[in-house]
Formats: sequence, C-alpha cells, structure tokens
Amino acid sequence: MSGVGTVRVARLVAAKDLRIERRSRVVTNQVLPFAAVTMVLFGFALDANTSVLETVAPGLVWLATMFSLLVLVQRNFSIEDDDGALDSMRVAGVDPRAIYLGKAIGLGVQLAVLEVVLLAAAVVLYGETIRVDGLVLLVTTLICATCGLAAVGTLYGGVAAGYRGRETLLPLLTLPAITPVLIGATRAVEAALGTAGAAVSDGWQWVSLLAVFAVAFGVGGALAFGPLIDE
Amino acid sequence: MTHLDDTSTATTSSTPGADAERLPSFATTGTRATRFLGIATLVAMGWLVLFGLVLSPADVNQGESVRFFYIHAPTIWVAYNSFVVTAFSSGAYLFTKKHSLGWDRLAGASAEIGVVFVALTLLTGALWGRLTWGIFWQWDARLTTTALLFATYIGYLAVRRLGGSHHQRAKRSAVLGLLSVLLIPLVHWSVLIWRSLHQEATVLDVDGDADIDGIMLFSILVGVVAFSLFYVWFVLHRTRMLAMEDLIEERGLDAALDARRAEGVKAVEGIEASRADETPVGDGGPS
Repeated sequence: MSGVGTVRVARLVAAKDLRIERRSRVVTNQVLPFAAVTMVLFGFALDANTSVLETVAPGLVWLATMFSLLVLVQRNFSIEDDDGALDSMRVAGVDPRAIYLGKAIGLGVQLAVLEVVLLAAAVVLYGETIRVDGLVLLVTTLICATCGLAAVGTLYGGVAAGYRGRETLLPLLTLPAITPVLIGATRAVEAALGTAGAAVSDGWQWVSLLAVFAVAFGVGGALAFGPLIDE
Repeated sequence: MTHLDDTSTATTSSTPGADAERLPSFATTGTRATRFLGIATLVAMGWLVLFGLVLSPADVNQGESVRFFYIHAPTIWVAYNSFVVTAFSSGAYLFTKKHSLGWDRLAGASAEIGVVFVALTLLTGALWGRLTWGIFWQWDARLTTTALLFATYIGYLAVRRLGGSHHQRAKRSAVLGLLSVLLIPLVHWSVLIWRSLHQEATVLDVDGDADIDGIMLFSILVGVVAFSLFYVWFVLHRTRMLAMEDLIEERGLDAALDARRAEGVKAVEGIEASRADETPVGDGGPS
C-alpha cells in the first residue's frame, strides 16, 4: 500500500471513531464528567488549599488526563472488539499502520478536547491564570503531549485488545510508559502558566522531550502494531 | 540454547499422541551441567556470606549497613543484564527465520529473574537508605528509573500470560520486550533532567567513595560472581520448565483431541453394532 493510501485509510479510521463518538456521546457524557470529578477530588485531597492547588495544578491536570486516557483507550478498543471490527479490518487487508495511525488520531482529538476542559477546570477551581506570553508554549506542549499519549495509549490498547483481563493490564502497561509525558508536560505547563515563578523559556527543553517521546512511540507503535494485533 | 532447541524438537517429534499421559523420561530440568552450576552457586553464596558478613569490616561512615551493598550492587548488575538478555532474545525470536520458541522462553525466564532481582535491589536499597539517610526513598534519578523499570517488566510478564497460542505469546512479548528497550532511556532522560533542575544531584554518593576499601570491593565482586552464577543456573532451569509447560499444554490439547476422537469412534461403532443387530440375518437380500 502506498504512503498516500496509508494516510487516507488512517483518516477514514479516525473519522469513523469520531463519528461513533458523535453519535454515542460516551466520551462527552461519561469521560469528561469523570475527569472533572477527579479535579474536584484533588481539591478535597489537598484540603482546598488555594496556594497549594495553584502550585500543583499543572501536575493535577496531567494526572487527570492520564486517568481519563485509560478510560478513553478502553472505550476506543471496546468499539473495535464488540463486533470483531479490528479482525475484520485486518482480514480486509487494511494496513495495520493505517489502523494504528487512525486510532491514534481519533484518540488524540478526544484527548485534546479533554485537556482543554481540564485546563479550564484548573482556571476555575484552582485559580490558575493563563498568561499571553506563555500561550505558544502552552499550545505546543498540549500538541506534543497529546501525540505522545495517543501513541502510547493506542499501542498498549492494541496489545491488550481482545483478551480477558485487559482492563487491569492496560493501566499497568500504560502508566509507567507515560511517566516521561507526565514529567515533561507538567514542567512545560508550569513554565507556560508561570506557576511558582517559572519562566517561559524554561519550558522548551521539556517540549523537546515530549516531541522526541511522541516521535519515538509514534514510529515504534506504527511498526509494532501489525505484529501485535496479527492473529 | 542448543540444548533447548534439542529438547523442543525432540519432544515434538517423539510420541505423536501415543502415550499422552506419560511425561517423557527427561522430565527433569536438571542436567549434569546445571547440577555443577548449582553447586558452584551455593559455594559462591557461601563465600559471599563469609566475605560480606564476617571478613569485611564495617564502614567508617555507614557502619554495618554497608553490608547491604554486597547484595544491592550485584543484584542490580545482574538485573540490568537479564533485561538485556530479554531484549536480545526478543529480537532473536522476531528477526531470525526459524522463530524458535526457545528464544521466547529464554526472554521470559530472564525477565522473571530480572524482576526478582530488581525487587531485591529496591528492598535492600530502601533498608540501607533508612539506616543511612533516615528515609526509605530518595527521589533521585537512578532510583526512580529503577522503580519504573520494575513496573515495566512486571507489565511485560503480565502480557506473557495473556493467553493465545505459543507463537502469539512469543510475538507479542517479543515486540513488547523491544519496546521496553525504547522506553527505558526515555524514562531515564526525563527523570534525569527532572531531578537535575530541582535539586543538586545528591546526598551521599556511595559509588563515588574514592578510597573504597579493598576487601569491600572484593566482597562486591564475590557478590557479582555469586549472583551471576545464580542467574545462569535459574535461567537454565526456568527455560526448561517453560518448555515443559508449553509441552504439557500441547499434550493436553492432543489428549483432549484423542479422547474426543475415541468417543466418536466408540459412538460410530455403537451405531454400526446396533444397525447390525437390527438387520435380520436371513433377510434374503442379494449377497
């Protein structure tokens, strides 16, 4: 299959996933509220101490994103499992790299929406302020981190898909793997928002970590996905 | 390795479902070589106890707690090597034409022992830290990376148990074994810059002690030899055990197939017999 074909198929797969979401509204009605509740619970855990919350808000946003990522990945692969859709695509000769890319793009779009909502929650609940000179860094960080998370989530979702006990396996595989994203994205967002006096220029080295991570796992995932889902 | 391949081919070729219940006569994981290795391991462990607990002195600064290092340093050394072996044999399974399951079992056995050794490292390190620093855990880069390494390989072992055919398991875990190699440097890099920004790397740099006592160094060396022997000994046994487990699964399937087939044959014979009974003997049909 040619490169153009792969991209086209990937777009179709992503569009299919997003169409299913638009019609079923599972992510909108269940995952987003779950993420918001997590943010409220963090507030309880830290005794609603405004100064503490403001300091740790970037980390909490990413932690909530990662918990929601697990739920999103489960959802994204349960729609493939239900009618053996993944197997059908494989039997139909669809390039596994295209499936991987498509699912990752679909997941990435959902994640991006989630992250924006969580950032808004941090502004409202934790008194975080978004400053203009950090905006470019903030958006770049969101994009790079989302790519990395979507790459890892789709990869390990594919490993566990179709097996009993995948609900418990997925967090064990995913959370250690996305630690670099948690660290990098937290520090970069801290720099972008100026939490605890961080300068904007401090953030860019973390963005480079996030970018390297996203590329490494994007390429690794695309190559590994075929053998992984191949039955 | 060669031995392994020998057994796997020998077992699949011999006794094609004939005596499915009886295990072959070599149903032991010991050979003369592993027995020798086992004795050598025990001797080396004895040496380690002697040097670690009796002959080497207590440290000037750390006191008796320095003795944890005679387990701590060798186990992590062996653990890192065992994960290298896992990665190497994962690659060997994927990229050799034969796709020998022997490589897969070696990868699994090596990772299992690696995980146990990392656990030992973390445990002895935490105990040592409590005695020396007053805390169990220090958020330093090496420690944090090691903890994540531990979690990653627990995940790898969990994936090995997902089920499916042996070659499915082998392929899946081989890919994961290689991905972990991709992951570890990234984790280490991130943790490294995370720590370097927040605090001066470190408190008590033990390995940096320039004037480390000769007998202490030798004790650590004895530890490395002892735990390396231990590793090789266990990997050999464990690999053979995994081969046997695979064999039992195959045999179990064969036995079940044979049993169903026998039932079928019995049923057909029964039907034929009843038909023969029903047919009158002197029917007068054409002969």
